Amino acid sequence: MRRTRAIARKELLHIARDPRSLIMALALPMVMLVMFGYALSLDVDQIPAVIYDQDGTAESRALWDGFRGSRYFTIVRHVDGYAQAESDLERGAALAALVIPRGFGAKLVAGERAPVQLILDGTDSNTASIALSYARGLILAHSGRVQTEWRLRSGAGEVPPPVDAQIRVAYNSELKSKNYIVPGLIAVILMIIAALLTSLAIAREWENGTMEELLSTPVRPAELVLGKLSAYFLLGAVDMVTAVLAGVVIFGVPMRGSTWLLFLSGGVFLFGALCWGLLLSAITRNQLQAYQLGLLSSFLPAFLLSGFVYAVDSMPLLPRAVSAAVPARYFVSLLKGVFLKGVGLEVLAVELGLLAVYALVVFALVTRKLREKIA
Amino acid sequence: MRAEPAVVIENLVKRFGSFVAVDHVSLEVARGEIFGFLGPNGAGKSTTIRILCGLLAPTSGRAVVQGFDAGSQPELVKAHIGYMSQRFSLYNDLTVEENIEFFSGVYGVAPERREDRKAYALRMAGLEGHRGVMTGLLAGGWKQRLALGCAILHEPPVIFLDEPTSGVDPVARRAFWDLIHDLSDAGQTVFVTTHHMDEAEYCHRAALMYRGRVIALGAPAELKAELKDDAATMEDVFVRLIERENAADTGHRA
Ligand SMILES: Nc1ncnc2c1ncn2[C@@H]1O[C@H](COP(=O)(O)OP(=O)(O)O)[C@@H](O)[C@H]1O
Ligand SMILES: [Mg+2]
Repeated sequence: MRRTRAIARKELLHIARDPRSLIMALALPMVMLVMFGYALSLDVDQIPAVIYDQDGTAESRALWDGFRGSRYFTIVRHVDGYAQAESDLERGAALAALVIPRGFGAKLVAGERAPVQLILDGTDSNTASIALSYARGLILAHSGRVQTEWRLRSGAGEVPPPVDAQIRVAYNSELKSKNYIVPGLIAVILMIIAALLTSLAIAREWENGTMEELLSTPVRPAELVLGKLSAYFLLGAVDMVTAVLAGVVIFGVPMRGSTWLLFLSGGVFLFGALCWGLLLSAITRNQLQAYQLGLLSSFLPAFLLSGFVYAVDSMPLLPRAVSAAVPARYFVSLLKGVFLKGVGLEVLAVELGLLAVYALVVFALVTRKLREKIA
Repeated sequence: MRAEPAVVIENLVKRFGSFVAVDHVSLEVARGEIFGFLGPNGAGKSTTIRILCGLLAPTSGRAVVQGFDAGSQPELVKAHIGYMSQRFSLYNDLTVEENIEFFSGVYGVAPERREDRKAYALRMAGLEGHRGVMTGLLAGGWKQRLALGCAILHEPPVIFLDEPTSGVDPVARRAFWDLIHDLSDAGQTVFVTTHHMDEAEYCHRAALMYRGRVIALGAPAELKAELKDDAATMEDVFVRLIERENAADTGHRA
């Protein structure tokens, strides 16, 4: 205990005297959260669109009025030819063009099929497909209204649509992507910071020759690891708190579950992630290598395989199998569960348990690595 | 009854792959003795000392320190030794005082002894007025004495020093050997390696290691007597011993 404390104290002094690591530990999470938080918010609205109304009737106007009134589209301008519409799309001034052909109004009045054309910029396929489904929805709603009116006028009486779907989206009712991006982001940030912070901690001692000195003292490997961990745990905990606060305050992510569960799982996750960095450090005995490995092995899996950007359930078999070994995956589930669903341990015990197992296994690996003889 | 020796090495062998770094070395060091381990670079001195400190596992043979086997009881050995590695490394971004306090902590010095031991280490290193100085800013001689101070905070009965005087100016080297004699006078055993052959004169007994083997062992006067040449310096003695060894080697091969 006395020895563990001596090591923790020394490690804190190193941190305090090295502005680089201190800045990395304290400023980077905020920068990343804000940067990624905005960049990755997948909400698509205010899609710039141009209208090419060849028809110019009350009926055609009623259709594009629907687009103007929707928050998903912004009408940039009206054009009088395909050339203008295409140049707007090419320049990126508009992402969509709605073309209403001549005779549209007449066909509607006559009760015939009245086609309209939608031209989309498909370079960003994600935005394009979202724009497409919004446009489809608007046109469908409009044609529903037209049909009802027509039947009323022709005396068929009021015919309600056969199915009236009332959709309620549970847990993230505004369908705001930031609501699931931010909790995932907290996991990714913690993983990266933790692995990077500790990746230098043991390699530095090897490079400076102090490791040999330490190993000749009665310090046990577990004490060495725990001492170092507790110093970096302090930094990680500060990061966790700032990230959660930023998520709730800056991004307005709802916090529906229990705070203590959030920080308990954060603590367990942090412990494992810090141990991972130490393990890399102990294996490579080289600061540069450990740092690069730490970046690669924390960032990529946490980003790609944690269910943060790509849902685990819709992954192909192989990545899904690999993701089972990525602790960030369980932490992302925990964070989303606590933030968005407000569920507790009755649902999340398995995830928490797996995080704890991961942490203990990596801890055991580091101490074993340090127990090895020096050559 | 004679006290058990501080260090016993019996037929110690260390191989790295097919390379034999330590080749059937046997020797004993008495308690309170200053034992010099001399030899050119690559002779196997550091390897031997690392085995004695429980840092390296021997390939075969035995290394016993204060009655504990370094191969099978490294934890017990570590509790009874002070070790200053070849790079006498301290933490450069910690102050003199912080380094002392850190090593006090990892050696588990009792809280009531700490202030005493800190004062002792500061005095020994000649850094009493400089406890707040960053260690990285210290000149070689001071840093080396501070490293020694840090390695003996827990008053270990046996002290291993690996080339403590390499890269230090002659005056500081002299001062360092005075410190070693103080430790020995206080009853501590000092096992010290060096590639400065003349430093054998400062030891009670010295062994000359060459290519993994001990080719001569004895008090400085005995080693000189072996060559029947009173005028020789220690340096000359060792050069001739090594030449003789090389000649024997080629003789074997021929
Ligand atoms: N871990 C190791 N792996 C392989 N060879 C080593 C290792 N450590 C030392 N050696 C070799 O053993 C020999 C003795 O080294 P060392 O004990 O450091 O010599 P000295 O301290 O006398 O200069 C050298 O040739 C060195 O290259
Ligand atoms: Mg050496």
